[in-house]
Amino acid sequence: MATLEIRDLHVTVEADNAEKEILKGVDLTVKQGETHAIMGPNGSGKSTLAYSLAGHPKYTITGGSVTLDGEDVLEMSVDERARAGLFLAMQYPVEVPGVSVSNFLRTSATAVRGEAPKLRTWVKEVKEAMERLNMDPSFAERNVNEGFSGGEKKRHEILQLELLKPKVAILDETDSGLDVDALRIVSEGVNRVRETGEVGTLLITHYTRILRYIKPDYVHVFSAGRIVESGGAELADKLENEGYEAYTKGGASE
Amino acid sequence: MAEAQNIPVGSTTAGQIAVAAESTVATRMSAPPSFDVADFPVPHGREEEWRFTPLERLRGLHDGTAAATGDGVKVTVEAPAGVVVETVGRDDARLGKAGTPVDRVAAQAYSAFEKAGVVTVPKETVLTEPIRIAVHGEGGIAYGHQVIELGAFAEAVVVIDHTGDAVLAANVDYVLGDGAKLTVVSVQDWDDKAVHVGQHNALIGRDAGFKSFVVTFGGDLVRLHPRVAYAGTGGEAELFGLYFTDAGQHQEHRLLVDHNTPHCKSNVAYKGALQGDDAHAVWIGDVLIEAKAEGTDTYEMNRNLVLTDGARVDSVPNLEIETGEIVGAGHASATGRFDDEQLFYLMARGIPEHEARRLVVRGFFAELVQQIGVDDIEERLLVKIDEELEATV
Ligand SMILES: Nc1ncnc2c1ncn2[C@@H]1O[C@H](COP(=O)(O)OP(=O)(O)OP(=O)(O)O)[C@@H](O)[C@H]1O
Ligand SMILES: [Mg+2]
Repeated sequence: MATLEIRDLHVTVEADNAEKEILKGVDLTVKQGETHAIMGPNGSGKSTLAYSLAGHPKYTITGGSVTLDGEDVLEMSVDERARAGLFLAMQYPVEVPGVSVSNFLRTSATAVRGEAPKLRTWVKEVKEAMERLNMDPSFAERNVNEGFSGGEKKRHEILQLELLKPKVAILDETDSGLDVDALRIVSEGVNRVRETGEVGTLLITHYTRILRYIKPDYVHVFSAGRIVESGGAELADKLENEGYEAYTKGGASE
Repeated sequence: MAEAQNIPVGSTTAGQIAVAAESTVATRMSAPPSFDVADFPVPHGREEEWRFTPLERLRGLHDGTAAATGDGVKVTVEAPAGVVVETVGRDDARLGKAGTPVDRVAAQAYSAFEKAGVVTVPKETVLTEPIRIAVHGEGGIAYGHQVIELGAFAEAVVVIDHTGDAVLAANVDYVLGDGAKLTVVSVQDWDDKAVHVGQHNALIGRDAGFKSFVVTFGGDLVRLHPRVAYAGTGGEAELFGLYFTDAGQHQEHRLLVDHNTPHCKSNVAYKGALQGDDAHAVWIGDVLIEAKAEGTDTYEMNRNLVLTDGARVDSVPNLEIETGEIVGAGHASATGRFDDEQLFYLMARGIPEHEARRLVVRGFFAELVQQIGVDDIEERLLVKIDEELEATV
């Protein structure tokens, strides 16, 4: 069973020529089949955690460890992490000029699966996955994320999630910028992947809204660069009613 | 790339649509067209047509100090049966019919060449194999002139391949008879030190079709000036270009389409990738729709992909319309960059770095490459693009 283990993770970014510590000792274990929601106020470091796990060059790991099934993730390059089974659905997906969605998806699937998918089944697979996410077939010919609306970008991320079938999926604010219909469609996509039981999900969100569609097994409150409280789904209800104030004003901050 | 998505540093993109009684395209030149170099003052660099070009790297082509040496370029022509290949003297009546030099170096080339090449495809001759003209630089200084003439309803593909090292100023005339179809691929695959300046004039006959691919990879400085005018109605010009500008290279493509005849079409699409310090690409796209050219249909676009910091693009489309009685006229120019965030995104989907760059650049050029229709050239371009990319990382 695939397991992602994050131990005492410390991460800095360079800001104004000084190293600024953003993550201050994160501990978390995500097992295949589990869904963990990470909730926290703006600027608490949720995206930093997501990017650090994926290996974004802007973030420097200054301490701690991350392993996937015992393998040292921090030693891997960005593409190696993806091939090892990590997937990050980004809060702000990037536009890539000159590369069509269909070419991108196929190149990516070839890299992650280790061999080129058979063309005929592949075309069908992509077409069906797009239909399920209510994406117009014309998206396949457009350049990656170029001119996509916020909601279209998020669907495109979930399309990749469905096609790449990772061991651990990190979804960074996949719910933000979605209207209710889009939220439902995207959540159904995530649930299809979850129902296989083969993915561990780290669902990063600011709002409890998405948790009505995607039921977490665990909820963690993130504040000032670390997890300050963990619990079951009921913790989300508490946050819904009380907000983050207790955490931001209390002893959790530096 | 999104329209007019410009990079603030290292790039300029200007564009204008002018509705003018008097052509600024013509008046922007510092002297009227002429075959005689003496009619052009030596440029000092601030002239509109020279302001982007580093004159000191022209190796004397612009100021009369570059004397032809014996070992300039070696030209070999390989043509299928039915094609007439000649080398002629300066007084041959077929030279200079497609257009007149518009700047000092083009006039210098015209004033200095000793022998010219003339390739004729007789009327109604339809070739199934390309004509190949190899221009190989042998290290010296050379001036040249080449004419490619298609009789009425002739059809041909011509590949002009520039390799080696030279300082070359040479013009090319394409003369298309009525209903003729000519595809030209001019490849500038020079060694690093080469300097190549030339004016390419196409004169398109009634209902004739001219399709040109200008592909520039090499050289220290390449400055080409493709120009099109129409000799009859119904003519069609497709001007495509690809360039891959590396560290230190200056690659300049200046185009002019002169819609001087009613009911003609033009479509211009140039794409360039740049990488490395002081890579400099210049694209000037002038389209002039003269008052008499009603029924004109034209579109021009230039796209640039900047792969690394330190590269610079100047892209200036300029559409000038003297009549409102046209089918369509448009232009677009955009410069985008392939940056670390894009690289991260692709790599986060399992795609290795080298493959990611290749994906972006090949994708960017693909639509143009596929239209060339000459297999070995298409294949060579893709290989070339990969080599250029290897060189960076
Ligand atoms: N590249 C960077 N350079 C400078 N500061 C950064 C950088 N990335 C993150 N930060 C800072 O780190 C802190 C955490 O940012 P992060 O994006 O991880 O927060 P978040 O919890 O995802 O917030 P949100 O809910 O708004 O998405 C913020 O103060 C942010 O300004
Ligand atoms: Mg965030």
